[in-house]
Amino acid sequence: MNALDIDQAAADWVQRRQFWNWSDDDQAALDVWLAESDRNRVAYLRQNAVWESAGRLVVLKPELEVPARARISPLLMRIAAGVLVAALGAGGIVYTMHPRAAVYSTDIGGRKTLQLADGSRIELNTNTLVSLSKEGDTRKVTLVRGEAYFHIHHDAAHPFVVVAGDYRVTDIGTEFVVRRAPERVEVGLIKGGVRFDAANVQGTPQSALLTPGDVVVADANSMKMSKKPIRDLMTELSWRRGMLVFKDTMLEEAAAQFNRYNREKIVLAGADIARLKINGSFQASSSELFARSVQDLFGLTVTHTGNELVISQ
Amino acid sequence: MVKVPEFGREHTGLRKAGEGMTASEADAWFVREILPLEAALMQFLRHNWRDRGDVEDLRQEIYARVYGAAKKEIPQAPKAFLFTTARNLLINLSQKANVIPIDAMADLDALGIELDAPSPDRSVAARQELRRLQDALDQLPPRHREAIILGRIEGLSGREIAHRMGIAETTASQHLKLGMMALTEFYLRDTPRRRT
Repeated sequence: MNALDIDQAAADWVQRRQFWNWSDDDQAALDVWLAESDRNRVAYLRQNAVWESAGRLVVLKPELEVPARARISPLLMRIAAGVLVAALGAGGIVYTMHPRAAVYSTDIGGRKTLQLADGSRIELNTNTLVSLSKEGDTRKVTLVRGEAYFHIHHDAAHPFVVVAGDYRVTDIGTEFVVRRAPERVEVGLIKGGVRFDAANVQGTPQSALLTPGDVVVADANSMKMSKKPIRDLMTELSWRRGMLVFKDTMLEEAAAQFNRYNREKIVLAGADIARLKINGSFQASSSELFARSVQDLFGLTVTHTGNELVISQ
Repeated sequence: MVKVPEFGREHTGLRKAGEGMTASEADAWFVREILPLEAALMQFLRHNWRDRGDVEDLRQEIYARVYGAAKKEIPQAPKAFLFTTARNLLINLSQKANVIPIDAMADLDALGIELDAPSPDRSVAARQELRRLQDALDQLPPRHREAIILGRIEGLSGREIAHRMGIAETTASQHLKLGMMALTEFYLRDTPRRRT
């Protein structure tokens, strides 16, 4: 292949992965192509890097926009405005009290990347709702529900905080993930540092400074810190490419994961089944495929009943 | 599965000095340190190689060599390493072809490449980046540009882009591919836009 062919192939992989159906087989084919030569790999890295970077063109957030706004062409401004309106009209959108807050959400099984003009990026996982606003100089994200991965462009003059109910995560230059369940909040730090504040743990406020690998889980009764290998944290973030990855995971936990992403719920009939352990990567959007793999692996039976996939002996 | 880092993301520095790098660390290093030098590299190659038709091929080969080295150990001075690799490759090729290249491989500093020049301040770079992206976008042919805007800014899927543009999905896929290639080139080479 000559240089042009390789660049074309690389661009084609990036656009196929981004815009069209992308199966595990496609990913395997890409992996093979990347492993074929360093030339392929660098060509892909190059196209992909610029493509990721181009996400900054989404200048949706007026208050985070800094001076960039003046430089955006009228066409882009119109497009940006159009997207904002479309997002607001897309259903399930809540207007907050703050007049300048912008609200973004994903449905069950949905995923969305918010690229902010300051270079920060927020990736929303399934069934997630956030609002973005500015409080004085502070950039504030309220995680109303769900899970989001934050890659924050640190700016000492404009602190970045994530608020989830009674809990606050203040960035000190960072990549981290926040997951909000009805009764508790979980924060995992991949890079940099954050300060975690719980307003009320058994009646008293508590705080912690997190370093990479730290995971804190807090609810009204306790605040627990633990350490995980970064690799494990990244594996848990496989949802960012639409995958769920299990390593000796109990079927019970795996099914609960799938149920976060799908309307069709997996039901396990029996405690024995719940304790089976599973390994592998699966597309988050397909409970069916997962159930079928489990069926083949353990010789179980899968039955559809209404909105449920029942796995039984 | 291969993890490909995104532009500007710095991976966690778990490496101890002198240790071998993992693929993803080399990936991140390449994206962060080498890609921003593409404009300078291309200038160097055009200046020092007689056949313009070869330069893209040379660029890829140099990238592959630099990346291959980084997988073993991350070079301490990326810019010097890149240009030394480039120069060595050109010298090798010239010797094989038994020709003398234009500048007879003058010293790198004689070519006006400041190897020790500090990188521009990251925050300045971030501010310029949006401008450069916009410039690159504006230079695309109209249909490619439209596909890229719909895909990257409006966040439509391939199918929706085809529908919106009233074209076949295979055509949309072509527009996206070629638009992406051109965007990469304009962006990395920082071609100034002629403003009217």
